[in-house]
Amino acid sequence: MTKKEVRNFLIAMALFVLAALLPIADSGYWLSIGVTIATYMVLSTSWALFSGPTHYISLATGAFYGIGMFIVGGGIDLLPYWMLVVIAGCAGAILAALIGLATLRLSGVYFVIFTLGLAEFVRQIVTWIQTTMGSSSGLYVLTDLNDTIIYWELLVLGALVYLIGWWINRSRLGFALRIIGNDEVVAVHCGINTAYSKVILFIFSGTVATIVGALLAPRLSYIESNIAFSPMLSFIVVITALLGGAQKLWGPIVGVIPFMLVWDFLTATFPNQTTLMLGICFLLVVYLIPNGFAGLIEKYLPLRHQER
Amino acid sequence: MNALSALSVQNTTKRFGGLVAVNQMSFELRTHEVLGLIGPNGSGKTTMLNVISGALKANSGFVSLFGKVISDQPANLIARSGIARTFQLVRTLNSMNALENVEAGGVFGHRRLWKNSLRSQAIEMLDKVGMAGSMNNPISSLTYIDQKRIELARALMSNPRLLLLDEWLAGLNPSELQIGIDVINNLKSEGHTIIIVEHVMDAIRSLCDRCVVMNTGKKIAEGKPEEVLEDEGVIQAYLGSEHA
Amino acid sequence: MEILLGGILLGGTYALIAMGLQLQYGVSRIMNLANGEVLVAGSFCAFWLFMGAQVNPILAIIVIAPAAYILNWFIYTYFLRPLVKRSKTQGHLEVDSILSTFGISFIFIGLMHAIFGGEYFNYEYLEIPYEIFGQAYGVNRIIAFICAVIFALSLYVWLSKTRSGLKLRAVSVNPESAKLVGIDVDKTSAMAFSLGGAVTAAGGSLISMFDTFDASIGVVFTMKALIIVILGGVKEIKGTIVAAFVLGLAETAVATLIDPGLTLAAAFLLFILVLLFRPQGLFGRESP
Repeated sequence: MTKKEVRNFLIAMALFVLAALLPIADSGYWLSIGVTIATYMVLSTSWALFSGPTHYISLATGAFYGIGMFIVGGGIDLLPYWMLVVIAGCAGAILAALIGLATLRLSGVYFVIFTLGLAEFVRQIVTWIQTTMGSSSGLYVLTDLNDTIIYWELLVLGALVYLIGWWINRSRLGFALRIIGNDEVVAVHCGINTAYSKVILFIFSGTVATIVGALLAPRLSYIESNIAFSPMLSFIVVITALLGGAQKLWGPIVGVIPFMLVWDFLTATFPNQTTLMLGICFLLVVYLIPNGFAGLIEKYLPLRHQER
Repeated sequence: MNALSALSVQNTTKRFGGLVAVNQMSFELRTHEVLGLIGPNGSGKTTMLNVISGALKANSGFVSLFGKVISDQPANLIARSGIARTFQLVRTLNSMNALENVEAGGVFGHRRLWKNSLRSQAIEMLDKVGMAGSMNNPISSLTYIDQKRIELARALMSNPRLLLLDEWLAGLNPSELQIGIDVINNLKSEGHTIIIVEHVMDAIRSLCDRCVVMNTGKKIAEGKPEEVLEDEGVIQAYLGSEHA
Repeated sequence: MEILLGGILLGGTYALIAMGLQLQYGVSRIMNLANGEVLVAGSFCAFWLFMGAQVNPILAIIVIAPAAYILNWFIYTYFLRPLVKRSKTQGHLEVDSILSTFGISFIFIGLMHAIFGGEYFNYEYLEIPYEIFGQAYGVNRIIAFICAVIFALSLYVWLSKTRSGLKLRAVSVNPESAKLVGIDVDKTSAMAFSLGGAVTAAGGSLISMFDTFDASIGVVFTMKALIIVILGGVKEIKGTIVAAFVLGLAETAVATLIDPGLTLAAAFLLFILVLLFRPQGLFGRESP
């Protein structure tokens, strides 16, 4: 590791410890928004690991997240909670692999549409299974896990995502993805198995999203398909990641924190206009800050040394 | 098939709907040979290269590299088995600098370098194409010929067993052209096996050991450059029948 | 038989809305994810005109379609053209336009929600049963079908037989070459985009005759139109029409035989199958 990497690592550690202390300072509003921010931090960062370099916009986050919730909801009476989280991760990985193999050979538009429909598709299937099996439309998840523990769980997961992301960016896989993002034809003729590289990253982000859903299930305590498969979630992940800058590992978190604070305020003040505001956010990001906050920071802070 | 055959194309056909772009093409290429693939515009040269490099799948026939059939493989595996190429319209990786562009060719293909050996090889390749001075420059700051050189260096990074150059000399001015010809000549003297698709006849004459001439997807002549360029059929194909 | 007729009736309107999207994606190369919202806006206008002034929804199209044309022209000129100019590659434009049209669609939903509220809407127009082969169908459905077919056919004839239609098709096949033969690609793209919007809104008016709708249903129609276009092959108009009927039949079959709650799932399944086995579409061709 270079000196700079050691420094960055220490800064990250300090921030992590600082973030972990939040539940001690406050257990009401700030912890609750802390959980939300931690949730989107994990989701957006893992989303950007896949979508940043490849430019494939995935709207599947909500589907994975919902599946994670339902796995916990469906199995909580049968198996221990931690095992359900593991199962959720595996299920997410398998689903992501199948989706990736089917769609990632094709152009980005097909992928967007596919993932857009996925959450609704899964929701219809889940609802249909529930009604034909005669069970009620919701599931109870009653555990003794409170917000503090969920918050810490998410922080640890987030730290893991960062470590893996950092490792991927330094590896051949990360280099391959950057080449793919630049020009897929060149990538193929350089000998890169483009489908494989993309699928691996998509599996990673799908697995993380499913685990996040599983971790958050105890917080809701009553899980219903309309809430678990909310399409809004996928869009907020996209917008926060882009707002921060999807090209950098640390980009999404720079977007998540201010966005969630403002968003929380706005949705509380104008509860009926959330869709309209989300639309405006999308347009603002596309037209005014196409490279996100990370892009702005890089542009206006003079670079001290050429980065790799 | 003789033992020295580097590439063998046999009865290859490629159709797009009703259009037959490559029609029953067959030819051989020996090791250390430089072959010119020439013909008028739209005669199927680039499609032929795309079939060899795996960008397109042939409808029938097969291609083999050193006796091993490759035409049933995807393009990335063909690259890995040792075919590298450049593109008719230069394709560079625009968000990366010159050095990274070159490195891209040496990590996943026929050679799988990483870290220090990758970097030193990439610098060596940049030097070979005369670009060592601009290794940290962003691609967008380079001129067209320099981008073409970067693309060539990227192809060479994999230490290819066969190099495909698709109109690599097109669009260069006379002095650049001479530099370009010298670069390829050096590769030739190093013993590279190369297929050149080209319109610049001076380059064909000075570089190629042999030529294959295509017209409307078919091979119409094959032989030494000076011979095929005198051939009645070839002149007719290039200039139209009224000139013959 | 019931499934067959129901599917055909549904397929007619689907063909129309898919052609709207196809004009936008095939010619202007913009994947307009706000397409479904334009459709719903058309439905709301028809509803409003019918409830307010008793205007029949077919006549209302005379107002709705030009209004949608102007609105879409505005969207293209002020929102999408800057993206076309700014993007260096087709891939870049794709990402930008997807995000931008998502934004526009949310704004549409938000506005419609603010004006009309979140309830479901429908109105009764010609809800007279009419028997075909022993099975009753609403006259409104049949009329909507006939109108859709007339519109779709005239659009098809216009595209394939007239000079301006030829322009559109030229830009669709190759914008670079179209430029060389003196076609104003930018203008033609704007026109195709606006026309696509107008066709979609007209479809919305027709759908409102027999279906319930709400402010946020647009995305369902966007999905369906996209699935049809991809199923038929992006640049194949005939393919789109056939695919629209395929989807109409598949949905009706699933709704009658299994569960009406699974229609979108059926459409989606069809989509998966196409992606897996024929990604260029049923009628699509490989290009050099």
